[in-house]
Amino acid sequence: MSQVVTIDARGLSCPQPAMLANQAVKKAIGGTIEILVDSGTARDNVSRAGAHAGWMITVEDQLDGSYRVLFTK
Amino acid sequence: MSSVSRFLTSRWGPILTGAIVGILAPVLVKLGNPGNMGICVACFSRDIAGALGLHRAAVVQYIRPEIIGGLLGALTAALCFGEFRPRTGSAPIVRFVLGMLAVIGALVFLGCPWRAYLRLGGGDWNAIFGILGLVAGIAVGILFLRRGFSLGRNYPAPTAMGWVMPLVMLGLLLALVVAPQFGRDASGIATGPIFTSSSGPGSQHAPLIVSLVVGLAIGFLAQRSRFCTVGAIRDILLLRDAHLLNGVIALLVAAFLTNLALGQFNPGMTGQPIAHTNAWWNFGGMVLAGLAFTLAGGCPGRQLFLAGEGDGDAAMFVCGMVVGAGFAHNLNTASSAAGPSAFGPAAVVVGIIICVMIGLTMRERGKV
Repeated sequence: MSQVVTIDARGLSCPQPAMLANQAVKKAIGGTIEILVDSGTARDNVSRAGAHAGWMITVEDQLDGSYRVLFTK
Repeated sequence: MSSVSRFLTSRWGPILTGAIVGILAPVLVKLGNPGNMGICVACFSRDIAGALGLHRAAVVQYIRPEIIGGLLGALTAALCFGEFRPRTGSAPIVRFVLGMLAVIGALVFLGCPWRAYLRLGGGDWNAIFGILGLVAGIAVGILFLRRGFSLGRNYPAPTAMGWVMPLVMLGLLLALVVAPQFGRDASGIATGPIFTSSSGPGSQHAPLIVSLVVGLAIGFLAQRSRFCTVGAIRDILLLRDAHLLNGVIALLVAAFLTNLALGQFNPGMTGQPIAHTNAWWNFGGMVLAGLAFTLAGGCPGRQLFLAGEGDGDAAMFVCGMVVGAGFAHNLNTASSAAGPSAFGPAAVVVGIIICVMIGLTMRERGKV
């Protein structure tokens, strides 16, 4: 099973969550990247960054109102 | 409701928001707002500062309902779609200072990014230098972001904190309607606490209810679509993402067409409403504004709408803009139609130095 890279972008202002997602995507050639965000804006921006880079995006709502965005390839 | 939300968060959301701003802003001008100033968050912060007596420039004092509506519209959208999330703790005092500096820079140009685009859409070519300055300021901000600049994380806050700004806005609305006066001085001039211009830009405004409803509509749409006039340029330069830029293009096109239809398109450099022709300081003022907005994470409208969602740090930025606008007139740094004022250029230089210091010293990386 491939390793999951986790990025905690909760509480960060724009555009930092999307920048962190971009950096992770550039480093990885495949597998799973898990990005934790806590606003709808960051969720959308991060998802868009991953989709642009050709990754499959899954968003999971968390009980505390935050989101777990999964990039897989 | 969820299909509306999906549409507004899709690529069409910023485009629709930009188009509606581009249509409604010139309509507000037609109905009484100053020229090319249907919406200007910097100018309107300055007018509110004047109305509250934070400066005494008699021609720019009016509690602008568009600002009140914008924040309350964003609050409404956030409540409807479960995004009202009180939070704070991301360097609030730094954000306050950035708000002050951003508005000081914007008032050297005479407009925030929203008005820069609206001025261009009205044919004011001086706005081109302001927009070039804005792009330059954002580019400098991106350099800091790439070096790891961050104002740190925010954290969940008590629900009551999220209601402070909406209640402040309701208080402002009350002050606008009641306009209480505690007395008059020896020459019969009202002593406040609420001041209202009887001449100049502050006296020019669309009917209160129209301005308020337009503000509510724009705040609602912009909260959902994340419309941001600084993020538009930042994201295309930094992330090659045109999602927000499409909204600004829609704003420009809609403003141009609406101004044309209303007979308000007056192309040229000279004689433009509430504008000066000093290209260098139109550029310089917006370098400062663009840098400060980028370091704070978004344009003044975006900060207003985030404050409506319960973001206490964005609320500090908004308060910084109002206080900064007060300083801009008290310290004679705000430009007039005649050109930059005595201390405007110096304020821009000092402001950029402070922003660079903030950019170099504030760092926190996300946990990877």
